[in-house]
Amino acid sequence: MTSELDGSQRRPSHDGARPDAALVVEHLTKRFGERVAYEDVSFEVGYGEVFGFLGPNGAGKTTTVRTLGTLLAPTSGSATIAGVPLSAENGAAIRARISIMPESPGLYLRLTVAENLECFAHLYELRDVRERIDRVLQAVNLTDRTNDLCGSLSKGLRQRVALARALLSDPEVLFLDEPTSGLDPVATRDVHDLLTALRERGVTIFLTTHRLEEAERLCHRVAILNTTLRLIGRPDELRAQLFSRNLEVRTRSQLDEPSRVFNGLACVEGWEQSPSGSYVLSVTDPDAAAPGVARALVGANADILSIAESHHSLEDVYLELVDEDVEARKR
Amino acid sequence: MSFSWARVGAIVRKELRDYRRNRFVVLTMSFLPLIFIVAPVIQLFTIKASITSARFDDRIGLSLLYMLILPAIIPSVLSAYSVVGEREQGTLEPVLTTPIHSEEFLVAKALAALLPTLAVAYVIFGIFLGAVAAFAHPAVDSAIFERNHLLVQLLFTPLVAGWSIWAGIAISTRMSDVRAAQQLAVLASLPPVAIVALMNFNVITPSLGLALGLAGALLLIDTMAWRFVAALFNRERLVTGTRS
Repeated sequence: MTSELDGSQRRPSHDGARPDAALVVEHLTKRFGERVAYEDVSFEVGYGEVFGFLGPNGAGKTTTVRTLGTLLAPTSGSATIAGVPLSAENGAAIRARISIMPESPGLYLRLTVAENLECFAHLYELRDVRERIDRVLQAVNLTDRTNDLCGSLSKGLRQRVALARALLSDPEVLFLDEPTSGLDPVATRDVHDLLTALRERGVTIFLTTHRLEEAERLCHRVAILNTTLRLIGRPDELRAQLFSRNLEVRTRSQLDEPSRVFNGLACVEGWEQSPSGSYVLSVTDPDAAAPGVARALVGANADILSIAESHHSLEDVYLELVDEDVEARKR
Repeated sequence: MSFSWARVGAIVRKELRDYRRNRFVVLTMSFLPLIFIVAPVIQLFTIKASITSARFDDRIGLSLLYMLILPAIIPSVLSAYSVVGEREQGTLEPVLTTPIHSEEFLVAKALAALLPTLAVAYVIFGIFLGAVAAFAHPAVDSAIFERNHLLVQLLFTPLVAGWSIWAGIAISTRMSDVRAAQQLAVLASLPPVAIVALMNFNVITPSLGLALGLAGALLLIDTMAWRFVAALFNRERLVTGTRS
């Protein structure tokens, strides 16, 4: 992609001061009558950060985006978006500084790609409309489809047009709500490439998704929402927070007395045999523990195939939390 | 942020392009006027010399009424679609996430329905007058070209359309189904046509003062209606279908 889009999106805040964070959310709650969409949500997103907002269906992700996009009024709590406090009076001012790409592209199918973008450029009262349209279409690799009717485009291409539309105004914060939902693997890869390019340019992105590999690959930090905010941090931090560090030991054959080998090691806090036959050892420092484990295995005449730190994915973190919530609800 | 005509213009242009490429709208705009010109012309051209004065007035009134049903029906269908249609298509949310104000959105939708309606209604009325001038009996010709009748047509066309548009948009903001919205909007467009019908049939004696009075009342309703419709336009309800 060869775009000239300016990623350094820092701009002065509403009152003229330079804000520290693109998004500041404090104890935000949204209820629809008795139903709680999300509750007591607090977080900050820095400028240039790609922030992943994860959670199962119905967790309140889209409602949070709609609230921050001023489509919905929060029931309680406060937020500052691109330096502007969230309030009914500031709705248009906030919307002028952000862009939201909803889950469904929402394009006018009887209009061409250029006509769709032109309409939105005028809604933002942008200057140099032609130039901007050319620039964003270049950014999403769609210059050859400028005059095609949106109704004739595939789902993946429509998603790209929606992304181009979201980039038109050089938003300070770009909200992407499930940008790869329903896309095939090739179209998903294309969108990921676009987001990676935006990330490299320092565009502030608030990405809601339930594709965990997507969040792990693209986001600097992630938050996991399940009505309440369950965890927030870098993916590696979340793994460390939830899981002890492990060494995975693979041997050619089963050990005769594994407990005699592992229980005697001071660096090993516990162990279990995995269904695949390998041994998973809980350790505080895998690098420090590995030599001792190797010596013990050699002493037990084991044929070692590998000793390696086993990694928990973001998916493990996510499932652990969601399972905890399911268990808590049962109780 | 103040009211922006640039944003209004963006929506109007988008709507007009969309109408042009929408087969349903093009067919409605083409065939409906044909019906509304053929029927009154037949009414007038089949008047016999022996017709009574009362029947003659009825025929004249009925044929002119056709001309006013057009600006009531066409925009009601378009405006009833304006909000609920965008919602069904999934295009409403992206528009509402831009800096556009509710009032700008509603005025744009109203103008987008009004402009083609006026164009079609006046062109059809012009064709009707041309046909009458060229082929109708001199008595019919002088009755149709009577000053009060022309004034009623010219004045009430935009006013009746305005009523239909705001009623249609108001219904569109509160409904969740396009077809139901369009049916209701057509019904809601009829009251001003009924009043004009009473004038055309001489049930209410048409006079310049009465016509201007009714026109003033409709104008007031049309100009105030957008505030009422803006109050009905609840982003939260439109996006989620519920209100907290």
